Amino acid sequence: MLDQSYYEKADEIIALYGPKSASLIPIMQDIQAEYRYLPGELLNYVADKIGVTRARAYSVATFYENFSFDAKGKYVIKVCDGTACHVRKSQPVKDAIMKELGLEGKKCTTDDMLFTVETVSCLGACGLAPTMMVNEDVHPKMTPDKAVKLIRELREENKA
Amino acid sequence: MSITSKEDLLKKQTEAQEKIDSYTCRILVCCGTGCVASGSMKIYEEMKRLCADLDGVEVVAQKDVPHIGIAKTGCQGLCELGPLVRIEPQHLQYVHVQIEDCKEIIEKTVLKGEPIERLFYKHDEKPCEHPEDIPFLNQQTRIVLEHCGNIDAESIDEYIAAGGFQAVVKAFFEMTPEEVVEEITKSGIRGRGGAGFPMGKKWSQVARIQSDIKYVVCNGDEGDPGAFMDGSVMEGDPYKLMEGMIIAAYAVGAKDGYIYVRAEYPLSVARLKLAITQAEEYGLLGDNILGSGVDFHLHINRGAGAFVCGEGSALTASIEGKRGMPRVKPPRTVEKGLWEKPTVLNNVETYANVARIILDGADWYRTIGTEGSTGTKTFSLTGAIENTGLIEVPMGTTLRHIIYDIGGGIKKGAAFKAVQIGGPSGGCLVEKHLDEPLDFDSVKKFNAIIGSGGLVVMDENTCMVDVAKFFMGFTQRESCGKCGPCRIGTKRMLELLNKITRGEGKMEDLDKLEETAKFIQSRSLCGLGKSAPLPVISTMQNFRHEYEEHILENKCRAHVCEAMKVYTIDPDKCKGCTKCARNCPVNAITGEKKEPHTIDQTKCIKCGTCMDNCSFGAISIK
Amino acid sequence: MVRLTIDGFPVEVEKGTTILHAAEKLGIKIPTLCYIEDLLPDGSCRMCVVEVKNNGRTKIDTACTLQVSEGDEVLTMSEKVIESRRMTLDLLLSDHNVHCFSCEANGNCKLQDYAYEYGVSETSYEGAKSGGEIDDSNKFFRYDPNLCILCHRCVNTCTQLVGRGAIDTMERGFQSIIGNGEGLWADGTCESCGNCVQACPTGALVMKRTNKYRPYQAQKRVRTTCPHCATGCQMDLIVKDGKIVDVEGADGPSNHGLLCVKGRSGSFDFVDHKTRIRQPLIKNHETGEFEEASWDDALDLVANKFTELKNQYGGDALAGFACSRSTNEDIYMLQKMVRTVFESNNTDNCARV
Repeated sequence: MLDQSYYEKADEIIALYGPKSASLIPIMQDIQAEYRYLPGELLNYVADKIGVTRARAYSVATFYENFSFDAKGKYVIKVCDGTACHVRKSQPVKDAIMKELGLEGKKCTTDDMLFTVETVSCLGACGLAPTMMVNEDVHPKMTPDKAVKLIRELREENKA
Repeated sequence: MSITSKEDLLKKQTEAQEKIDSYTCRILVCCGTGCVASGSMKIYEEMKRLCADLDGVEVVAQKDVPHIGIAKTGCQGLCELGPLVRIEPQHLQYVHVQIEDCKEIIEKTVLKGEPIERLFYKHDEKPCEHPEDIPFLNQQTRIVLEHCGNIDAESIDEYIAAGGFQAVVKAFFEMTPEEVVEEITKSGIRGRGGAGFPMGKKWSQVARIQSDIKYVVCNGDEGDPGAFMDGSVMEGDPYKLMEGMIIAAYAVGAKDGYIYVRAEYPLSVARLKLAITQAEEYGLLGDNILGSGVDFHLHINRGAGAFVCGEGSALTASIEGKRGMPRVKPPRTVEKGLWEKPTVLNNVETYANVARIILDGADWYRTIGTEGSTGTKTFSLTGAIENTGLIEVPMGTTLRHIIYDIGGGIKKGAAFKAVQIGGPSGGCLVEKHLDEPLDFDSVKKFNAIIGSGGLVVMDENTCMVDVAKFFMGFTQRESCGKCGPCRIGTKRMLELLNKITRGEGKMEDLDKLEETAKFIQSRSLCGLGKSAPLPVISTMQNFRHEYEEHILENKCRAHVCEAMKVYTIDPDKCKGCTKCARNCPVNAITGEKKEPHTIDQTKCIKCGTCMDNCSFGAISIK
Repeated sequence: MVRLTIDGFPVEVEKGTTILHAAEKLGIKIPTLCYIEDLLPDGSCRMCVVEVKNNGRTKIDTACTLQVSEGDEVLTMSEKVIESRRMTLDLLLSDHNVHCFSCEANGNCKLQDYAYEYGVSETSYEGAKSGGEIDDSNKFFRYDPNLCILCHRCVNTCTQLVGRGAIDTMERGFQSIIGNGEGLWADGTCESCGNCVQACPTGALVMKRTNKYRPYQAQKRVRTTCPHCATGCQMDLIVKDGKIVDVEGADGPSNHGLLCVKGRSGSFDFVDHKTRIRQPLIKNHETGEFEEASWDDALDLVANKFTELKNQYGGDALAGFACSRSTNEDIYMLQKMVRTVFESNNTDNCARV
């Protein structure tokens, strides 16, 4: 059972967009932004409130890449693997990050819930490839070393 | 204040221009996504801080005191050289500006008008003072991007000062909706989103349908990896897009508009939101715009991470809060689009052309570009090229001109191999296409499409099979899964390509690949599925020998495919330090101390650790 | 009206008619996997492609979506069409767990039928299957994603025809799967009506019937009215070896092929149930056990008791209540008896679903 505050927050967000089916995506986006994931119970609650079936809500949530039912780390690192980044060697950057964070295969969030690593198709900063995004900040011209350094800085920053 | 008539708008224009003119100096910091990534926001803040501390100088316009205008502009074009700063009225272009440079810029350039030579772009060792001196910038024709980089992207006043919303005035007060549609039709402009459908035809179809409710929708879901033109317009000149949509709404009789922006463009969303708020405050959006009786409300929808939403019916489904799955046509979007109502759906760049067509006329517009593809096209130039960035050139410009004259040629002087055009729905153009004019129809002949305008330049270090695999991987991941050809077909093609790059391919796999590609191309439900195999088809057409090398010789000439890499130790360079052998995870390297080592190829897993560890550069990939 | 030819036969249909419907008019059957009559075409299976020639141009497109044009020459079985359908089936089979022998749907599977018809005995592709774990949680049916071809007939039936919306497509692309998103089938809002099962063209959704049979073993199908409520749904009972083994919703005026959970899963099992009462039983007062009796004895006994009660307490002491599973005619007869013989107005039934 989620804390009551979750439902209050959801009510607030629903009021913002209006209790209608077209509001489903923006509401889920705001919930995801608030909690860094979509709690299933809350999604059911939203679905019932705005008049879409629960199956529809889940169907929409699982269709779009941005929604996650698992809690994400404090820093969401999106490594760009767009065409420009790919041809300028983005894969080694991701590999280095995964290695630094001890992540492998499908596991993409660190146990301390600090980092989540994802691949994204294009961040639109192709002129500065390869790029990556940490939360909303784009970092240009990455190298494996720069990426590792950045992660270490973020770790320190979080300790302080 | 509210602008309720065309006279009000003219007054505002004069006011806004006076304010700009009154600045002693203006610092235009590029705050496009690229430069923000390079740290331009920090430059902007630092400039503000430094100016605020200056005695006798004000940052906001004030009578009798020298004052400095600091503005965040949209993309100034040369993304790779960011952060970019432009100083007016001296019209100086600085590149690679660092925090440490800010003080000097203020002290020398802003206060004394002295240029700082070290911050200029250098072409053939020669410094280029003004933007017009830079080959990358001076060979463009800017219509869509005319204000991008020149005005404050967060100030509607600056847009109005630059003549903004005058096209709305002309359309509202001097033209009937039919005449607007007619002008657009006459201009010959075709949709910039990929398919190149004539814009006027679309508008006239929606205009003709009787319906109380119609919609104007903008596709800002620029999903092609390697493309950022639309994002640059949305964040650099959101007002221009807005103006185009207002005119579209007037022409077809819509009262509501939606802009669907890709999830990965937070800056675009922020700038558009701001632009809409400002326009609403002025009354340039809302009811009875400029006292004309025209109502138009504009809304923003953020994407949530699905490439397929760039497809029209998927996009409208997504706005409706559904899965972004394309549906079968008919009915088409013009008849039953958003909420089953007649809908005009164009992309960002297309709308951004409208104001100039209305102001300067279809005849003027037709003078630019080619017969069948009028106007300009923006391209994002990326990949293995000297100057990456955003450009706008007339349709029909040759690839050679773009790559060599504007882009400065291939990076580090490597050999040109191909250009991927049109993203995952496009194909590649090669050496023999360099002098062909780039327009909708010509590119189609080479099994590629102009698409939205991503140009990724590839040199000899790119493996074309890997490129094909990369795009296939992308479309496979992004397939919505509705129809079988795309859902299963792209998966099977990707598996075949994986097999080939692993070195396990057979020649008959190429036939299977081709057969499947043709099937997907002809039988998929939507345009995205139909174009998904294009990168494979076009690379197979132009680089079949590379596919065959992978299969027959187990060779990847670009040394990209892991399985085909052969790590070797140069005995002349190897000092026998044993570092590589100690670090090899599978003990594939042997050799005596101080003697050249060797790699056992049967054990090697091609991880590259040895190469990273060698201090003498003795290990190379063959 | 639009005139065209299909496989050389001329036909005239209204503007806006799809080629699929025009062909139907001629009795030409075009294969479909995802199509559901009365709904907007899903257009996802690509089986119904046909070749259309007009004005010197040839195109291949889906018959369920393509509207007729004047002068169309439609070919439903041209070489190109057959090749395209073969390819469609080839790809579908490459992501299908082919184990027809043990499959519930063997003989009742459109994928199998078409694969046979078009000579696709096995897939020509290697590669991963999307699949997933079988969901056995629903009491009445099971979902096997390994057999699912994602035609979305189940989803479209549940959301658009039934209106329940208990299931939808989850995930996307190759990973797409049908479900409710919350977890197992039984965890969601499904009412187990099973219309999705009837809509499924393969063995992905099958009823958990105890009486196993293959469709070709059915001796006869008997059209009847569902015995449960007053809606009067039409259903076909399927009989094998003199016993009812299955039921299917039939196209009746009130149900158009749909049934509810009771109609589908509770309307015939009792017929041959071993505890079913087949003869009147009268309780022996001495032993307290029910004993078989003749209809005459049983009716006499009931009639005598009713008469006694009526004589002693008056008609209002009696009431007649009809079970909703009775037909309208039986319920009418019951109230008639209550009003005329009992001389009471105390009569009702529970057929108000």
